[in-house]
Amino acid sequence: MPAVQETIDRVRSIDLDQYKYGFETTIEMEKSEKGISEDVVRFISAKKNEPAWLLEWRLDAYRRWLTMKEPEWARVAYDKVDYNNIYYYAAPKRPAAMSLDEIDPEILKTYEKLGIPLREVEVLEGIAPERRVAVDAVFDSVSVATTFKKELSKAGVIFMPISEAVQEYPELVQKYLGSVVPATDNFFATLNSAVFSDGSFVYIPPGVRCPMELSTYFRINERDTGQFERTLIIADKGSYVSYLEGCTAPKRDDNQLHAAVVELVALDDAEIKYSTVQNWYPGDNEGKGGIYNFVTKRGDCRGARSKISWTQVETGSAITWKYPSCILRGDDSRGEFYSIAVSNGMQQVDSGTKMIHLGKNTTSRIISKGISAGRSQNTYRGLVSAHRKAKGARNFTNCDSLLIGDQCGAHTVPYIESKNASAVFEHEATTSKISEEQKFYCQQRGLSEEEATALIVNGFVRDVLQQLPMEFAVEAQKLISISLEGSVG
Amino acid sequence: MADVTNLRSPAEAGLSKLFETARQSFASETAIAREEAFRFFEATGLPSRRVEAFKYTDLRAAIAEAAPPAEAASLDAAKAAVAQAKGFSGIEAARLTFVNGHLVRELSDLDRIPAGITVVPLNDALSQGDDALTQLAPVPQARENPVYQLNTAFLADGAVIRVAPGAKPEQPIHLRFVGTGATPFSTATRVLVQLGEGAEFSLLESHEGPNGLTCQPNDALDVVVGPRAAFRHTRLNIEGDATIALSTLSLKVEAEAQVETVNLVTGAVLSRHQIYVHVAGEGTNVVVNGAAMLRRGQLADSTLLADHAAVGGVGREQFKWIIDGDATGVFQGKIIVRQAAQQTDGKMKSDCLLLTDEGQMMNKPELEIFADDVACGHGATCGAPDEDLLFYLMARGLPRATAESLLVQAFVGEAVEAVTHEGARAALIGEIEAWLKARA
Amino acid sequence: MLEIKNLVVQIEDNRILNGLNLTVKDGEVAAIMGPNGSGKSTLSYVIAGKEDYEVLDGEILLDGQNLLEMAADERAAAGVFLAFQYPLEIPGVGTMTFLKACLNAQRKARGEAELSTPDFIRAVNGAADKLEINKEMLKRALNVGFSGGEKKRMEILQMALLQPKFCVLDETDSGLDIDALRIVSEGVNALRGQGRSFLVITHYQRLLNHIVPDVVHVMSKGQIVKTGGKELALELEASGYAEYRTNEAA
Repeated sequence: MPAVQETIDRVRSIDLDQYKYGFETTIEMEKSEKGISEDVVRFISAKKNEPAWLLEWRLDAYRRWLTMKEPEWARVAYDKVDYNNIYYYAAPKRPAAMSLDEIDPEILKTYEKLGIPLREVEVLEGIAPERRVAVDAVFDSVSVATTFKKELSKAGVIFMPISEAVQEYPELVQKYLGSVVPATDNFFATLNSAVFSDGSFVYIPPGVRCPMELSTYFRINERDTGQFERTLIIADKGSYVSYLEGCTAPKRDDNQLHAAVVELVALDDAEIKYSTVQNWYPGDNEGKGGIYNFVTKRGDCRGARSKISWTQVETGSAITWKYPSCILRGDDSRGEFYSIAVSNGMQQVDSGTKMIHLGKNTTSRIISKGISAGRSQNTYRGLVSAHRKAKGARNFTNCDSLLIGDQCGAHTVPYIESKNASAVFEHEATTSKISEEQKFYCQQRGLSEEEATALIVNGFVRDVLQQLPMEFAVEAQKLISISLEGSVG
Repeated sequence: MADVTNLRSPAEAGLSKLFETARQSFASETAIAREEAFRFFEATGLPSRRVEAFKYTDLRAAIAEAAPPAEAASLDAAKAAVAQAKGFSGIEAARLTFVNGHLVRELSDLDRIPAGITVVPLNDALSQGDDALTQLAPVPQARENPVYQLNTAFLADGAVIRVAPGAKPEQPIHLRFVGTGATPFSTATRVLVQLGEGAEFSLLESHEGPNGLTCQPNDALDVVVGPRAAFRHTRLNIEGDATIALSTLSLKVEAEAQVETVNLVTGAVLSRHQIYVHVAGEGTNVVVNGAAMLRRGQLADSTLLADHAAVGGVGREQFKWIIDGDATGVFQGKIIVRQAAQQTDGKMKSDCLLLTDEGQMMNKPELEIFADDVACGHGATCGAPDEDLLFYLMARGLPRATAESLLVQAFVGEAVEAVTHEGARAALIGEIEAWLKARA
Repeated sequence: MLEIKNLVVQIEDNRILNGLNLTVKDGEVAAIMGPNGSGKSTLSYVIAGKEDYEVLDGEILLDGQNLLEMAADERAAAGVFLAFQYPLEIPGVGTMTFLKACLNAQRKARGEAELSTPDFIRAVNGAADKLEINKEMLKRALNVGFSGGEKKRMEILQMALLQPKFCVLDETDSGLDIDALRIVSEGVNALRGQGRSFLVITHYQRLLNHIVPDVVHVMSKGQIVKTGGKELALELEASGYAEYRTNEAA
């Protein structure tokens, strides 16, 4: 162990001030009253002008939620959330914009600063057309802009805020909402079902390959506000869609709650690729502030030969509690989970996946790379199970953890349950530090210690970065280096 | 957990009643806090699947009725039972024979214990206020375990074994546990082993009993391995086919000590073997291996906690499972590496061959790491025997069944190879072969 | 000795062998050459009885016995030996244990007495010496940690020990250096003679410099397309497989 004391001092000196997205936007907002009650649920539903069934669905969820207990099994410790000290709805006061010109210029500036293209023309400039990305921008509780809607609708693709989809495609929403993550699923998902305010809705018709990447950009801005978005993506038979999700929030001393639900449905031969770069404010060096990221993400490979692939790069949030999962129901369906979780400072990550093999010849693959630095705790938690009827199921899991500094922790908690002999499961996990020999070799060739570390870390996460769409991969790589800045001793 | 205890199962109520009766006959002693242990147990009850550590082995559901503590068997009955005992029977060793959980002095070699070892029957140790009793439960986590607490509460017999510093007795001690009788009974035994600095000692343990009887043995082995000492332990579980067997092995391993413990399970309808390893000193080397060969109706659980609290420990844990019929294998293994335990090298593996489609294997290997300069890993695999390997063997002329047996034997053999004591290793291999023969 | 008639084989709906005909006479060494993807390895697996292959038509007769009706181990007992292109590693199975188990299983199937342990050890040691196989290797688990050359020599050792009638060598030269190639070839040549035939499958001619064939067959698209003497191998070496290359060739 080299220069332990030096490492400790360096780690101590790291300030998470390198969080670039910590600015705040001042804007006039309309909010629900603070706290949660049936009235607040009704208020949100009324704001969205929702049909009666949806209000009932929300109220059922709310009543159920009142009887539930916050889960405690995850390896995270935090001050309990006061659910009555949160605004469940906060929206910019200006009426909904029909075109970009009508959007509050402050919001436009915010997204500009974040580097998120809301003007379609800006995207076109300097970027090859096939690299275009359609964006749904969610600002606190509402969607403020969705780009490329027209062009997408030509291909038959529906991409809009879920609040609009409730109005325009009620039958689709009613059919699929809660069909993957039931309103009663877990404490946070149930809360979300009661108070979700907006999120993205995607429907890809049979046989259609979505002509561009779709993305949602989440921004929490308002103080004391929770974000409860809900995303629903349906890939009909033989279709394909790649969807990206990004998140940031201002730096604040208080913790803010983000409790989202994402549901994916893939029908026969359909494929959904869902990528996340999660960079919520992680709190400061002493663990003050930061986002509580309590998210339920689940994909249902409902059809034969369908495929759902989750890729996540988690660098933000004070607490992460998140297990993007696949239910492999259709025969020959496939689930994938590729994850990089970086924790530094006082961050706590408890993340992983579930691969539930129900159909015949279903396959899954899990590649998880955890990097812990500072005084953070990073846990991989996962379940792979093959039921009796899942003949010929296959899983391969690889969980690797890297520790930088001796004040952090890396943990692995996999559950592997096999109920038939024709299922073949392989699981391997390792925990190590960056090899001194490798580092020396790089340094001998002229790299600084930090560069050498970055290089080795990049090698460590390569398998996962390769799964991201290219522009995201570059962004993610930068993000990982920033998150680990100063952590090398 | 609170809502679990509200409704007590018949077995739990039975245990409370049995404890009331049993406490009348307990010798007055200070070192064993039975009352405290039982209060602890009562607060948690028999662990059900809602308790994370018993997720796959629901003792509350499995134990329908609490069997009463066994009375000591008559000498004739004991003799008859021992005459039939198979476990490690051909091996030269000083034997301590327990029949129905009671030490039978007449059938034990108390007067020919090898030089360098002293053996004190537990009841003598209790009445003499033996200071070994202050070292009960050398691993803190074991004290939180309801199975271990239950053993403490009902503790009926056992022994204290001390190996003098530097002593290297050639002959092992064989703890021979034999059950006999016509009605179900429970046992609670505890053996304490202390190895002085630089001592080397081999301990054999065999557990067997009658078929068709829901016996409930609960045994515990508390071991403190002194600095530079070497402890070798081989355990054979060939209990009767209706037995519910619970065991806890706690090992405190001091600086530069070596441990080898290998456990083979073929008996009991349900078994749970808990192993706690506390690496307390630097530079230790610990090998924990286990193998289970299960057929219809059986469930075997190996739950392991290796807690590294000191620098430079090497840990190798390897578990092998052969699941036939609708049997269930459960492996829960956890490696903890504390911040001080830099340069820990820990590898844990659990591999399972499912021979039929009805069998199931639950693997939960865990790493909990707080030190950065470590190399730790775990692996788990599960599947049917490799068809390519079977084909290779068949292409060389072996019939399919023989080829499968050979693969199974080699597969299980990897866990058994670690046994240093030749006779003990041969006995385990013999049991593996017998199991395969019975299957064919 | 071996007669293959109109053999049609597919795997997962891909037709690999398309009505292949082949005769290997007693005592003959026949070479099969052909481009990658022509079906050479499939042929060796089908002769040995690997289950993944679906035989749609045809028959394989060994001295009149229909091999296709027999399981892999029965074929081995009948005298079929396949030297694998990639011999498998079997952790935990000692090499000697393995050899003895195989030998005795075959003897038992043929109604012969088991070999005594001293006789067995003498037989193994004799064969090992000829193949320059280190005794240490025999103490290790089968093929585990062996180099490519060591694995191939172990295959020939098994062949020498089991005394098969019909030997299939599947790309035995791949991964061998010159010395290993010589040792392996000498091992094979020592086994040549009446009552034993060889089918040597190879992509390159160089193995055939050491194991000189009596007859050379060229395989393409799952059929034997040309047959000639040993000079055919040299022609192929000079002209390449261009004229035989299939679309499926990888």
